Amino acid sequence: MARILKKEQWSENIFSMLIEARDVAKAAKQGQFIILIPREHGERVPLTIADSSVDEGWVQIVFQVVGKSTLELSRMDEGEELFSFVGPLGMASEVEKFPGKVVMIGGGIGIAPIHPIARKLKEMGNYVVSIIGAKTKELLIMEDKIQEASSEVIVATDDGSKGKKGFVNVVLEEYLAKEADSVSKIWAIGPPIMMKACTISAGKFNKPIIVSLNPIMVDGTGMCGACRVTVGGETKFACVDGPEFDGALVDFDELMARQRQYVELERKALELYKAKEGIA
Amino acid sequence: MAERLRPAEKFKRDRVPMREQDPNERIKNFNEVPYGYSLEEAIAEAQRCLQCKPPSCVEGCPADVHIPEFIDKIIDEDIEAAFKEIKLTNALPAVCGRVCPQEEQCEGACIMLKKGKPIAIGRLERFVADWAREKGLTDEPPKEKKQKRIAIVGSGPAGLACAADLANLGYDVTIFEALHKPGGVLVYGIPEFRLPKAIVQYEVDQIKKLGVKIYTDYVIGYIKSVDELVEEYDAVFLANGAGAPSFLHIPGENLNGVYSASEFLTRSNLMRAFDFPEYDTPIKVGRRVVVIGGGNVAMDAVRTAKRLGAEEAIIVYRRSRAEMPARAEEIEHAEAEGIQFELLTNPVRVIGDENGNVKGLECVRMKLGEPDESGRRRPIPIEGSNFVMDVDNVIIAIGQNANPIVARSATGVKTNKWGYFIADEETGKTTHPKVWAGGDIVTGAATVILAVGAGKKAAKSIHETLSQE
Ligand SMILES: Cc1cc2nc3c(=O)[nH]c(=O)nc-3n(C[C@H](O)[C@H](O)[C@H](O)COP(=O)(O)OP(=O)(O)OC[C@H]3O[C@@H](n4cnc5c(N)ncnc54)[C@H](O)[C@@H]3O)c2cc1C
Ligand SMILES: Cc1cc2nc3c(=O)[nH]c(=O)nc-3n(C[C@H](O)[C@H](O)[C@H](O)COP(=O)(O)OP(=O)(O)OC[C@H]3O[C@@H](n4cnc5c(N)ncnc54)[C@H](O)[C@@H]3O)c2cc1C
Ligand code: FES
Repeated sequence: MARILKKEQWSENIFSMLIEARDVAKAAKQGQFIILIPREHGERVPLTIADSSVDEGWVQIVFQVVGKSTLELSRMDEGEELFSFVGPLGMASEVEKFPGKVVMIGGGIGIAPIHPIARKLKEMGNYVVSIIGAKTKELLIMEDKIQEASSEVIVATDDGSKGKKGFVNVVLEEYLAKEADSVSKIWAIGPPIMMKACTISAGKFNKPIIVSLNPIMVDGTGMCGACRVTVGGETKFACVDGPEFDGALVDFDELMARQRQYVELERKALELYKAKEGIA
Repeated sequence: MAERLRPAEKFKRDRVPMREQDPNERIKNFNEVPYGYSLEEAIAEAQRCLQCKPPSCVEGCPADVHIPEFIDKIIDEDIEAAFKEIKLTNALPAVCGRVCPQEEQCEGACIMLKKGKPIAIGRLERFVADWAREKGLTDEPPKEKKQKRIAIVGSGPAGLACAADLANLGYDVTIFEALHKPGGVLVYGIPEFRLPKAIVQYEVDQIKKLGVKIYTDYVIGYIKSVDELVEEYDAVFLANGAGAPSFLHIPGENLNGVYSASEFLTRSNLMRAFDFPEYDTPIKVGRRVVVIGGGNVAMDAVRTAKRLGAEEAIIVYRRSRAEMPARAEEIEHAEAEGIQFELLTNPVRVIGDENGNVKGLECVRMKLGEPDESGRRRPIPIEGSNFVMDVDNVIIAIGQNANPIVARSATGVKTNKWGYFIADEETGKTTHPKVWAGGDIVTGAATVILAVGAGKKAAKSIHETLSQE
């Protein structure tokens, strides 16, 4: 159960793993996530389902090392078993055949969760335009898979080392300036600041935009309320009411403040772990 | 074998008190507060039992524990036999002996209550269960197996009790549990200092020894629907608890430092944040912590906050002490630990600093008016009495409600307007012929023993129904 079948390092800080989880793979839908605990004393880490195979019985996760838990996970080996792995969780993305083009924006690690949604939309006959961006060329992940799942791909990097130079929201705005009439739906997934910027850009053209929120979670089943976010002036639990919401209604500033809730403790945990493991 | 006292001597003796950790010490640790009876203490308490026929205490026990019988065996000093007697009807004695509100159940029906000193049935049950655990007594699986398969959703006391009874009857039972550990509120809600998790684990392991399979990390409603379980199993018992937290819906409730009691306790108990960074889950407790609510959950949260280092831990409750729903024993424990009480006080708004962290709580004073539907006097705000408390954390413990995930996936199983399953009180039967339900997801937040009782009734009804097929 929950064995690491395959592990790949895609960049300095980004890893992909295939996890053995037959029943999860069978039930998984685009936009849903899992929660795992790497080892016994660990915390519950939510990660989006990047891909899954019913035949081979695995679920793919793609994660960025940002703290103790993701660092520990990245150091686990193929063949090892995770302490806990639960999913699928959350509502699936609401996909259908839209009248016009659909724009999918993935920023950084957010490219991974964009992929299953784009693929599903394309399967349903949509014209999918993907805008993917990263800080620099080396950090740009899953370009081939996004190509396969899209009708058209625009690549951007902050430093211009690949594709257009600049942030994805700027690229979105340029695109909408030309193509707004043919676009009927937008998805944006990435850091909150990027989703906020994309929401503002989409708003300028009156286009609906869906964002996927990643507040701090504990159980992920609606039991604790750690994940509460304000959407349209109402409190929602991102784990069960989301994670996807109408970007125009989301209070991003509150989300960002809530994500910083434990920074000092997280730093301490990371330092202790590095010292214990002898990591520089 | 200890001597049997004459009734007159029984009346003369007092309840044997239970030794406990000193309050000044215990607020610095998460170890259990009461120490439990020694054999001598247990015998002395058991000797007071009048052995009534018929015993009124058993009437008060939803798990039908054979109380006079097991107490008599303590006097015989045959604790193993006492344990077997309890286990005939209750799979969770070490848990129930600790957390049941005995004053409302068995001890509330004890004839000795008339003398103001009911037999300490809970403490005796606990003694016997602890003795058996220390001796490593284990349960035997039944000799005869039945072919029929039962699925149970949730591994709280209702699910566990139902599983144990059905397994003892020979059924093939599988429990599906959403979290990574079985036990429900017993592991994620009730704190270590009232119910050590190793004890819950032991009683769960005993139930597994009966042949019950427990799949953790399995959220019914996502990975599988109740409809699918109905297809795959001969009967389904829904025992998923009332696990969604209520909030106050006042301004500032999403500031950093505001927790639901469920989150606060889950971090500390299930994820063991009290032992951070040995365990990875963080919890942040400031100097001054306010817990809103007057029930058992509020008492658990406030006592946990104190142990996590809060200098001041304060209960804010809108009615007076007489209306507090928490057990008297819990309120006394809290008082002994230096918990403060702001009664007849209601929160109006949480105040934050420029970084989005809690810095204050605005409250209003209340007075009691006429009794409301619940029979308790309705609290009314006193105009102009608003004031601000400087606080670092606000923990909201005003109740739980139904989580819709399971119900959404259960075609033909009706719920009431609050989302609780409609089930027959005596049998647990729902509106679907193959589905039973019980525990908090039927009654709303209640007690461990009522959940155990509901699990047992459902097991009996499932057995009767499947035997007729
Ligand atoms: C629905 C959802 C889907 C996600 N999908 C992905 C994904 O596909 N790939 C990926 O790399 N990351 C994803 N994340 C974020 C990921 O969960 C966090 O980066 C991870 O938990 C950080 O843990 P850490 O111990 O390594 O870092 P820490 O040092 O503990 O934390 C770093 C930052 O991560 C965030 N974080 C910490 N703990 C949690 C938690 N329990 N839940 C959520 N966020 C937390 C906080 O903002 C924190 O400041 C997702 C989050 C959510 C809620
Ligand atoms: C902090 C606190 C303190 C308490 N103290 C006491 C006390 O001292 N004495 C007392 O008698 N009572 C006490 N109670 C109340 C008592 O714990 C509950 O009434 C009792 O646990 C209810 O049992 P249950 O089996 O119905 O549900 P629960 O114990 O809630 O168990 C339900 C289980 O179902 C699981 N579940 C939920 N959804 C799903 C799903 N979709 N798929 C699979 N599994 C699922 C949950 O994870 C959980 O493990 C307390 C409650 C709390 C919260
Ligand atoms: S993470 Fe606990 S309710 Fe969403």
